Amino acid sequence: MGIDIKLPIGLMFFILGLLLTVFGLFTGGDEVMYSRSLGININLWSGCGMLVFGLIMLFLALRSRKAKTP
Amino acid sequence: MIDTGFILSWIDYTIMIVYFVFVLGIGWALKRFMKDANAFLEAGRSIPAWVAGLAFISTNLGALEVMGMTGSGAKYGMLTTHFYWVGAIPAMVFLALFMMPFYYGSKARSVPEYLKLRYDEKTRGLNAILFAVMTILASGISMYALAILMEKVLGWNFHLSLVMSAAIVLGYTYLGGLSSAIYNEVLQFFIIVIGLLPIVFLCMKDLGGWQGLEDQLAPIVTSKGYAPDTWTTTWKYTGSATANPLGVEWYGIFAGLGFVLSFGYWCTNFLIVQRAMSAKSSTAARNTPLIGALPKMFIPFLIIVPGIAALVLLNKQGSGFTLPEISPGHYNYDYTIIALLKQYLPAGVLGLGITALLASFMSGMAGNVSAFNTVWTYDIYQSYIRPVTSDKAGDDKHYLKVGRLATIFGVLVSIAAAYLASLFGNIMDFLQTIFSMINAPLFAVIFLGMFWKRTTGHAAFTGLLAGFTIALIHHGITFPDGADTLVKGGWILKYHAYPVEMAQNFWTAIYAFLTSALVTIGLSVTTLQKKSDEELRGLVYSLTPRHVETGVPWYQRSTTLAILVLGIGTVLTIWFW
Repeated sequence: MGIDIKLPIGLMFFILGLLLTVFGLFTGGDEVMYSRSLGININLWSGCGMLVFGLIMLFLALRSRKAKTP
Repeated sequence: MIDTGFILSWIDYTIMIVYFVFVLGIGWALKRFMKDANAFLEAGRSIPAWVAGLAFISTNLGALEVMGMTGSGAKYGMLTTHFYWVGAIPAMVFLALFMMPFYYGSKARSVPEYLKLRYDEKTRGLNAILFAVMTILASGISMYALAILMEKVLGWNFHLSLVMSAAIVLGYTYLGGLSSAIYNEVLQFFIIVIGLLPIVFLCMKDLGGWQGLEDQLAPIVTSKGYAPDTWTTTWKYTGSATANPLGVEWYGIFAGLGFVLSFGYWCTNFLIVQRAMSAKSSTAARNTPLIGALPKMFIPFLIIVPGIAALVLLNKQGSGFTLPEISPGHYNYDYTIIALLKQYLPAGVLGLGITALLASFMSGMAGNVSAFNTVWTYDIYQSYIRPVTSDKAGDDKHYLKVGRLATIFGVLVSIAAAYLASLFGNIMDFLQTIFSMINAPLFAVIFLGMFWKRTTGHAAFTGLLAGFTIALIHHGITFPDGADTLVKGGWILKYHAYPVEMAQNFWTAIYAFLTSALVTIGLSVTTLQKKSDEELRGLVYSLTPRHVETGVPWYQRSTTLAILVLGIGTVLTIWFW
């Protein structure tokens, strides 16, 4: 069926990753908020991880699209 | 009142909304491909192996599984991995190598249809009707669980969350059919894994890693009367039923879970098998369960390990971690995962975690609905209500419409079932127990049908009924120790008590399987085989040419993948022995 699922997966995690990274950067100084996560800025780290995952998926999606339309 | 509630902030809601936009968007993007019933109900047999494989595992990773297995992690420790390493992997490998060639190669569009081709109409009818009723009720139960969870945790209105989640699932399955359900399951798989990872990381860090976990578990486990490392080992204490919290010996685990229950579930449940049947080629269909098995082996680290950590937190002074109590001293372990989310996640990743739970609910529901509409359209409607006509194009349109209507109908009945569950929780529990008895006899019948050409239709039909009857009787005369309702068993007479419910389930399945197999074999020998060898070609092992994998690079071959899967499974088993 005609869609490449890698594209929406990549796009979604890119957007969510960006959202969490920016949110993590802005709330980084909030020690009360991050006392739950043992003082780790878990939003920043998760956000970065998701950004990387999203970009890898997008890269793979674009590569297979190129392979199909030479 | 249960204090598991927490307040979400705008960031959490934003994450949730982004996810829902993508879920519905995928359905929307697939809408234009839905031109006939085949595209809608079978995904046009066009799904790549890796997509089908992840969907295969995602269907099984419903929220009841995530919540239940995390709870089991706290209750039984690493012994819960028996549901994965011995209780799923061998069955998945068997399905891939030995059964998919027949399911896929026979061109059957569903498991009931395979029964029709291999046996006869009545065997198909029995299975199709039971399956249709069962999936819809299962979908209703999972919707009920979702709504109750959202009510208790987020304070959302019960009716609103029920209708909203049903509307979203209906939206994307109505638009894009099985393909939409499958593609979304892949998205769901990733959001579940990524959404739960922060918890695993934080609780392991909090407790000082695996070593810290073991050290802090020892006194807790000893106080329960078990050896100090019972919660961090898998087979070590299965020599006697009283030495481990599962209450089952190694042979019970091996035969009950490793054979009857898991083969019954993974190899015959159309909900699962449908994912592999939608694959684009016979090699892809064989590889689907194997690709699914790779992440499946590591899911315990994502959901069971945090459950074990929760047991430590529960007993740790000053951790602030609590679970709601059913009665004084008895915790409701179903809330373990929620309580962990609350314990560790600040706004932001919290929304991600909640979205992961919502996603797992929806994947379960969409899976049920998309399996239901296929069985309804092909095995019930097309067989008994309106058979195919000579007008191929008209038929295609007609069955597409029926498939779509079945989707709406399925969702509506699920909502009704959800309300039924909210009124009579026990009855739904009981129904679920009953339905779990269907798989073991079904596996006996399909297995014999695939590997013994002598098996006849009359024998299969009687075997199914006999196995099911024995399961019911066994459930009626045995009960788990301390059971206070008849739903758990013993409703005929209280003949035998099992130490725990798990043990009762195992033995019910074992007896049902044996009865079904013996009756089917006995009657096959004495009744006439009406199907000729020619008719059975492609349906029975001995009459089907071997699947030869030519033109497939060695690393994509099913046998290579199977060896890899079994190898990793063995390493994990020994590692956590």
